[in-house]
Amino acid sequence: MSMVQSLPTNAQAAPAKPRPRVRLLPYLLSLPALLICVAILVPFVTAAVYSLQRYRLNLPYLRGFIGAGNYIDFLSDPAFWNTFQVSITYTVLTVVVELLLGLGIALLLRRPTRFHNAVSIMLLLPLMTAPAIAALMWKLMTNPSFGILSYMVSLFGVTDFKWASDPSSALFTVVLVDVWVYTPFIMILLLAGLRSLPRQPFEAAALDGVPASFVFFRITLPMLAPYIITASLFRLLDSIQQFDIIYAMTQGGPGDRLMVFQVQAYLEFFQYTNVGRSAALLMILWLITNILSNIFIKNWLRLRERAHGHA
Amino acid sequence: MEHSSLAGRIFRGIALTLILIFFMFPIVWIFMMSFQNNDQILRIPPRILFEPTLANYEALISGQLRTAAGSLQMPFMRNLFNSVVLSSAAVLLALLLGVPAAYAFARFKFRLGETIAFTLLSFRFAPPLLVLLPLSLYYQELGLSDTYFGIVWVYQLIALPLILWIVRGYFEDISPDIEHAYRLAGHSWREAFTRIAVPLAGPGIAAAGLLSFIFCWNNFVFALILASADKQPVTVGALAFVTASGIQYGQIAAAIVLSVTPTLLLALYAQRYLVEGLSLGAVKG
Repeated sequence: MSMVQSLPTNAQAAPAKPRPRVRLLPYLLSLPALLICVAILVPFVTAAVYSLQRYRLNLPYLRGFIGAGNYIDFLSDPAFWNTFQVSITYTVLTVVVELLLGLGIALLLRRPTRFHNAVSIMLLLPLMTAPAIAALMWKLMTNPSFGILSYMVSLFGVTDFKWASDPSSALFTVVLVDVWVYTPFIMILLLAGLRSLPRQPFEAAALDGVPASFVFFRITLPMLAPYIITASLFRLLDSIQQFDIIYAMTQGGPGDRLMVFQVQAYLEFFQYTNVGRSAALLMILWLITNILSNIFIKNWLRLRERAHGHA
Repeated sequence: MEHSSLAGRIFRGIALTLILIFFMFPIVWIFMMSFQNNDQILRIPPRILFEPTLANYEALISGQLRTAAGSLQMPFMRNLFNSVVLSSAAVLLALLLGVPAAYAFARFKFRLGETIAFTLLSFRFAPPLLVLLPLSLYYQELGLSDTYFGIVWVYQLIALPLILWIVRGYFEDISPDIEHAYRLAGHSWREAFTRIAVPLAGPGIAAAGLLSFIFCWNNFVFALILASADKQPVTVGALAFVTASGIQYGQIAAAIVLSVTPTLLLALYAQRYLVEGLSLGAVKG
């Protein structure tokens, strides 16, 4: 890339500027960003150390190194496996529904007419609503005594639907809120992807009278695949760490029905003051997201290079 | 796709209508609810037409909540003020620190730069509690917990990576030749940066700034852990409000409307930048 080499040559061309200053400059400029990195890495390492300790805020004298003790305890702990299972179920459900719905909407809005653009802008609004506030909105709408949604299901003869307060429908309800907030994210990315696809293959297919389903599965989907993968990984990473919606809606309840990783870790820390266990739980979540995010970053960089024309 | 059958067009019309209802209805409904008193809200079946009242907003603005049990102090305006202060300060600081760093990452290829950029990117996807919980213990020792300064500082974890990655992409898209020509004319790098590079990357900087403002405003978990009542932004304040006010549904709805209006207006204003920003610059909008 030309910009890499061009600065040193420039430094030679302007003899007034000594070379060492140019060398130092990038480091000076990125100093604040470096500080932020340190501010992230120090607590991160601290958390890793805590996860290897018996560390309870209410019993400080018991504090000590126990190696993998916290992790080994998880293996035989049904609460941990419940957390694991709930998190995975929540993630799979939200990502699959949001992907299918988001792709469907993007296909519907594909032609850039004024009406389609207006719709896609309106769909931005749920995405720009704070997830915690969105949960409160749905809480009001699903209130058993006056909630409009409770009223609407009662019209269909379901009189006792308790939404988030019933173990059998709690997961459905928070997934619904997540879908409401985040489907537009997938839609927007895929719409941008769809509109950036080259036109020729589609024109050729139309000329040859190729059936629409063939065009969709053999041309549209494969060409859209990088965008689909990036969007789903993005959501997968956020969804498995969901906190705001679930905490604002039920704080992990009823019972332990919605105890996803971060809610469980939060309660371990603040309610049971068990720092070691909380940290170990978060380290396991970090391991999962780290594997996913490495795949994601690779994909995303490829897409980004293509969008910026360096490929 | 271009010339579809009548059945196809009807199907698309119905599908789009259902989609619009699903995504817009909650916003419209809560907005309407915020202009109703409790009797109107509790009426079954609910009515679309009603006599609007401003009482909920008046109660929130005066901070006096009238319940059946008596009057209750509810400083929701304080939460709104905190959101404005925290989000604006965080974004200003992040722009001040982030734009020069993004420039350095784009113009000089150096290993530390890449390492920083990737560390920030990978922690964008790490569980926030992993960093926040130990940080809350450090903050207590340092006396930073429950200070505006401390909260603005942790908001950098949201705003700075976003600004770094988006603005970097914009700087990379600007040819360095213009800056070289300007510098050959005897100007310093600082002049080239402030007079050439920053104005050219203006749209990207604006997009990154707006988007990080929205993300800071919408953030919930940082302030939940680090702020006590008088420093809490609207996201945390609204939840406390629901618990405290109990059955004052109209006022809850009004609080929700006040909490989301700033970001929704910003989003509408900046919509053409959002696609780019949301994907961290991976998709050119």
